[in-house]
Amino acid sequence: MGASFESEKTCNYFLDPQGFEELILALRGHGYVVYGPVVRDGAIVYDEVESASQLPVGMRDRQGPGYYRLEERGDRAFFGFVVGPHSWKKFLYPPRVKLLTVSKKGEVTLNNGEERKMAFIGVRGCELAAIDVLDRVLLKGPYIDPIYAARKKSLFVVAVNCTEPGENCFCASMGTGPEAKTGYDISLTEVVGDGVHYFVARAGSDEGLSLLKRIGAREATREEVSRAEEKMEESQKSFRKKLNVNGLKELLYRNIESPVYAEVAERCLACTNCTMVCPTCFCTTVEEVTSLNGDVAERWRRWDSCFNLDFSYIHGGSIRSSRLSRYRQWLTHKLATWVDQFGVMGCVGCGRCITWCPVGIDITEEAEKIRRAEVEVAAK
Amino acid sequence: MVRRKPKIAVYKFASCDGCQLSVLDLEDELLSIAENFEIAYFLEASRAVVKGPYDIGLVEGSITTPHDAELIKEIRKNCKVLITIGACATAGGIQALRNWRGSAEFMKYVYATPEYIETLDKSTPISDHVPVDFELRGCPINKYQLLEVMSAFLAGRAPNIPNQSVCVECKLRGTVCIVVAQGVPCLGPVTHAGCGAICPAYGRGCYGCYGPKESLNTNALMKRFLELGRSREEVVMSFRLFNAWAPGFREVEAKP
Repeated sequence: MGASFESEKTCNYFLDPQGFEELILALRGHGYVVYGPVVRDGAIVYDEVESASQLPVGMRDRQGPGYYRLEERGDRAFFGFVVGPHSWKKFLYPPRVKLLTVSKKGEVTLNNGEERKMAFIGVRGCELAAIDVLDRVLLKGPYIDPIYAARKKSLFVVAVNCTEPGENCFCASMGTGPEAKTGYDISLTEVVGDGVHYFVARAGSDEGLSLLKRIGAREATREEVSRAEEKMEESQKSFRKKLNVNGLKELLYRNIESPVYAEVAERCLACTNCTMVCPTCFCTTVEEVTSLNGDVAERWRRWDSCFNLDFSYIHGGSIRSSRLSRYRQWLTHKLATWVDQFGVMGCVGCGRCITWCPVGIDITEEAEKIRRAEVEVAAK
Repeated sequence: MVRRKPKIAVYKFASCDGCQLSVLDLEDELLSIAENFEIAYFLEASRAVVKGPYDIGLVEGSITTPHDAELIKEIRKNCKVLITIGACATAGGIQALRNWRGSAEFMKYVYATPEYIETLDKSTPISDHVPVDFELRGCPINKYQLLEVMSAFLAGRAPNIPNQSVCVECKLRGTVCIVVAQGVPCLGPVTHAGCGAICPAYGRGCYGCYGPKESLNTNALMKRFLELGRSREEVVMSFRLFNAWAPGFREVEAKP
């Protein structure tokens, strides 16, 4: 980071809705494909955007366990919602990708990844934390995934601080939100209401700073900044869901045989939805396909899930044949073994697994039940 | 020496012919299939018949008559590898709805002289009668899955036919879950993948065309549908379709 950035990184800039539009145009002008939230099929998903008008302007999401609905907010907010069924991993770590092609003559063509100039608009604190988790797994371990690395290389991130946490959000418990902390080029706090609509913007990198300057963003006034800060203070206080992470890893290790798992297995569909929507679940399987004439073989990677029987297949059979063992594998990985593997929890508190479970199984409730069950057993 | 092309036979039992049509519908690949296989017996495509034995037998349809039950044993003897294609051959098909009532009463309504009809009381899958090497699901089958099974056979490898829920396919293509976002009952969470999750992509709940997935939990899904305002009878009827007789779906009853 240059000297200019060091001195100006704490500076707050002002963007009105037109200035925000110019930010998107400037990114596109610099050759970025811009991705952001859009409304599709009754939900807010991530897709390519060319203009701020394509964002879910004035929309809010109502979420509950196994429940998601959109409604009108009655204002013109660009980011008046939280996270939906998609996560940014679909761009960084695609659902299906060809790894290599082999010809019958033995010529091998490897996919070493393709660099793409991608800009993500509207990345939340929990999602930045999720990208950091993926970095630890796919970039910072002993094995680097070239496909992820290439897509990550030129990534430009515009983060958005969450001023209104959703019903299933518990990022505050996980220390990942509601404010974007690191890992962005520009962060935005949206202020809407009482006749005003603007963003307070901060630079998180040299590129972010120069972009803000290029679109002519002025410094925000003290009053503009303090309104944004008030919003964030309110946000901190308005969380409805929480997860007690105190000694959680040890708790789960002590209670591998907790009766809670058998009970949750009665409700669990083993359908994989929680893992597919999770922004940190990175498990894949590899398929090898051949052409009919046998001239070409291809190796493909696609998202897989620990809730699939075949996922734990080794010679002789699958290790986790019951729904109980699969749910336990997932929960203990997210909240315990992940810490030993990668140094952080695999859960960032985004709440997607709660919302998108068709039967509404709530990871925070199940963890809490395990905590209570231990106390009850001890009391006996 | 020129390698002998494997001989394929395609057979039909009680069925609508939709799965055989899926084979013919492989228009872009038919020439390549003909280059790599000898299509030796496929009455839906040609009346020219090459004598067996055959390397692969593809069987469509369920066993519904005493004659069928004998014929499938002969076919099994004549085919090195026997693959069932579709819900009828794999699970008994829509015609297995008779299995709850028996065929006598239905025949009375359908045929003027039911005494001329010789039929079994139940419609049953091929695997109830002879050993089956691979069961390809679907009503109808996904023609690309069939192509994959045939390519795998030629290469001597296991076919990539994932044993997972339709939900995985929805998520891979980015479809928003209609149960969660619209309150639409959908059999996706208990249904075997393979179709590519077509119906939910168009706002319709999964009909369960590919039959039960492994480790399915119909009780939990039933409970969810009741919460969404469906009656127990309606939920049971949603399972009584092409794969009604498949173990896993068969046990779903109106009375818990």
